[in-house]
Amino acid sequence: MLHRVAPSLRRALASSTALLRGAPLPSPHAQWRPCASAAASASSSSLPPPPPQGPPRHGGGGSSTSSLNPAEVAKFASIAETWWDSQGPFKPLHLMNPARLSFIRSTLCRHFRRDPYSAKPLEGLKLIDVGCGGGILSEPLARMGATVTGIDAGDENIKIAHIHAASDPTTASIEYCCTTAEDLVKENRQFDAVISLEVIEHVDNPLEFCKSLSALTVPNGATVLSTINRSMRAYATAIIGAEYILRLLPIGTHEWSKLVTPEELVLALQRASISVEEMSGFVYNPFTQGWSLSDDISINYIAYGIKKSETPSTISQ
Amino acid sequence: MAPTPARAAAAAVHSLLHRTRCAPLHPLLSLHGSGDPANVAGVKPGDDELDVAIVGGGMVGLAVACALSNMPLTKHLRVAIIDSNPALKSRGYLKKDGVPDSRVSTVTPATISFFRDIGAWEHILQQRHAFFGKMQVWDYTGLGYTRYNARDVCKEYLGCVVENKVLCNSLLLRLQEQKEDIEKMIYPTRLVSLAFPSKSRQGTAGLKSPSTEADSTGHTSEALRSSNLVKLDLSDGQTLYSKLVIGADGSKSNVRQTAGIKTSGWSYPQSAIICTVEHIAENDTAWQRFLPSGPIALLPVGDNFSNIVWTMSPKEASHHKSTSPEEFLKSVNHALDFGHGPHPNSSSLDRYMERLFSGIGDTAASTQECFEVPPKAIGLISDRMAFPLSLMHSHDYVSKGLALVGDAAHTVHPLAGQGVNLGFGDAAALANVISEGVSVGADIGDLSLLSRYEKDRKAANVAMAAVLDGFQKMYSVDFGPLNVLRAAAFHGAQFISPLKKNIISYAIGDSKSPLFS
Repeated sequence: MLHRVAPSLRRALASSTALLRGAPLPSPHAQWRPCASAAASASSSSLPPPPPQGPPRHGGGGSSTSSLNPAEVAKFASIAETWWDSQGPFKPLHLMNPARLSFIRSTLCRHFRRDPYSAKPLEGLKLIDVGCGGGILSEPLARMGATVTGIDAGDENIKIAHIHAASDPTTASIEYCCTTAEDLVKENRQFDAVISLEVIEHVDNPLEFCKSLSALTVPNGATVLSTINRSMRAYATAIIGAEYILRLLPIGTHEWSKLVTPEELVLALQRASISVEEMSGFVYNPFTQGWSLSDDISINYIAYGIKKSETPSTISQ
Repeated sequence: MAPTPARAAAAAVHSLLHRTRCAPLHPLLSLHGSGDPANVAGVKPGDDELDVAIVGGGMVGLAVACALSNMPLTKHLRVAIIDSNPALKSRGYLKKDGVPDSRVSTVTPATISFFRDIGAWEHILQQRHAFFGKMQVWDYTGLGYTRYNARDVCKEYLGCVVENKVLCNSLLLRLQEQKEDIEKMIYPTRLVSLAFPSKSRQGTAGLKSPSTEADSTGHTSEALRSSNLVKLDLSDGQTLYSKLVIGADGSKSNVRQTAGIKTSGWSYPQSAIICTVEHIAENDTAWQRFLPSGPIALLPVGDNFSNIVWTMSPKEASHHKSTSPEEFLKSVNHALDFGHGPHPNSSSLDRYMERLFSGIGDTAASTQECFEVPPKAIGLISDRMAFPLSLMHSHDYVSKGLALVGDAAHTVHPLAGQGVNLGFGDAAALANVISEGVSVGADIGDLSLLSRYEKDRKAANVAMAAVLDGFQKMYSVDFGPLNVLRAAAFHGAQFISPLKKNIISYAIGDSKSPLFS
């Protein structure tokens, strides 16, 4: 039944249901899985180092419950200065930005019943960009009128984002914090819309991450996630093509086993009381060097969901 | 656990894809959207800070301003026009009596629909204008001619001839309707200098230390502005800051030179004389005859008047400018009639070709039309003006915070009346790109956004400039075999209906490429 689900997610689902039944938890360590190499500089293809012995992932631990992997965070820290260089390592993200924003604009306008032809349709809404990096997504959202909070685990990223946003009065009001989704949940903060693009494929525990995102969303609020599908086409294009052949991304940016398929994402969000309403894929046109929305979710895709209003979600403690 | 949740999720996912996805916004749909103020709560931009500064208030500059004020996504942008022309202060329609100005433009149907979209065409209809539905092109050898008719492509007119001042005035009137504070929008001065944003924002080299980070939040507004906005110094001492500067200041563009954008091109060994003449009756056709030293064109401008555009060598141009009006009229009629060569006759070859090609495609109406002699000019009613002709094309149309439109970016030979139509095409494309940028919250001075405008328009402009340059070169040589080739081209365009329709569609702006429709 669950054979199409990734082993990591299967284990996470099993552990959460086991918890409900009160059974003892299975071993939490993910030793079977090849681990991420440390930083982008380690671009060798030699045997990956053994997985880091992270804290045991059973319930109850306060700050130890985190879906973050320090190695993943470090990958981005080393190239932080180049966030706003539209020709640098983040060029694919800059190119993809207009397509992602048009999806977000369209779905949020529909969700919050806003006029799609208004220049500032998100006026008065509180948005959070989880994993904002250098603020590539946060700044356009602020220009669309939203009150934006951007959080990232990398301190260098937040610094860069802050400096860049300060030069335009429209974006200078963005609140940037170096923190994690879980910490914000503990502060009981909630937002009208939670947006987390290209993050879930870098976290250790996607299910926990979805639950945190859900806790940050007000009931009947919107959640938008985007990631890369775990398919052979994605392996060929996004990993081999983009990292090794065309060198658009540093090698090791994405790990195939950590990618999440749309079915898994829908399942994980369902468990977190978010029902996915719309999903779209992205395709890249190499001639125009542009991305556009499409029905093809085999490589990149973005999903919009609504947080259910009856049962407030809780993090599995 | 529920049976096959994975399959249920998969089914849910695939059903999502069949829902309607977000359709692209059509920028020119004028819905009455809520007019949101331009400033975020608490952060008010100063009076001297603009979103768009248009340098040059001519036809194309005003067209950009009008297009921006007409689209729902961009009408809140703070736009300014910098031009010292006193005509920008006028209100109301220009009178139809009086001599038509010699500076006229032929607007294609594509431009007419652009003007309709931005709401300025109705003002042109209230002032002097002249639609024409027929066109005849021939040369001095008398070996062939081509007639075009709007009915060939199922249209009512091939184009409309409008005086430049009427075009400007109509755009200005529309702007006055849209913006109450139009006085504050127009700066009647000249641009003295420009300063572009410093490059330091592109990829901060090295992380800032915590002390400088504290500084950046308390930066002087001057330093913040210079890193993000373009600074414009005006001749009356004012300084403006803008996210985007649009250079619409003509072929000798100050903005282009200040930005250091290089151009390619060459001067044609030709000058053009323009003037207005009178006929006995109304002229309803656009006539163009290629003479050995250049084409002469007779375009209807309304009532019984026509505009003459006569291209010739600079020496001949200064000679013709200085002759008496009667002498000049005589040479004009001579050039249009029997001068330099005979009329094209309908020979047996023509009839043979007509029969041969009448089976291909739908026969266009004008294949049946015979050669006609253009109407005689009976009076010269304006001064003669002469100006040199050249081909010019900028290497770049855009850079960070800057975009060039119209003659500032490219100039072409006037032989097909395309020049200002390319400019209006630029204006429409740039306004659309700015609107798309606003819809996704982009910085409108961002280079990657403006590059989309450049990619779109460069291809179209270069293609048209090349076609016109080709025509100019082909018709400037008097060489037997080449004359026969041109005659064959005339015959082909006259009798092969699909080719004729393609040519017309390209010239009126309906298709982007002359060959592949």
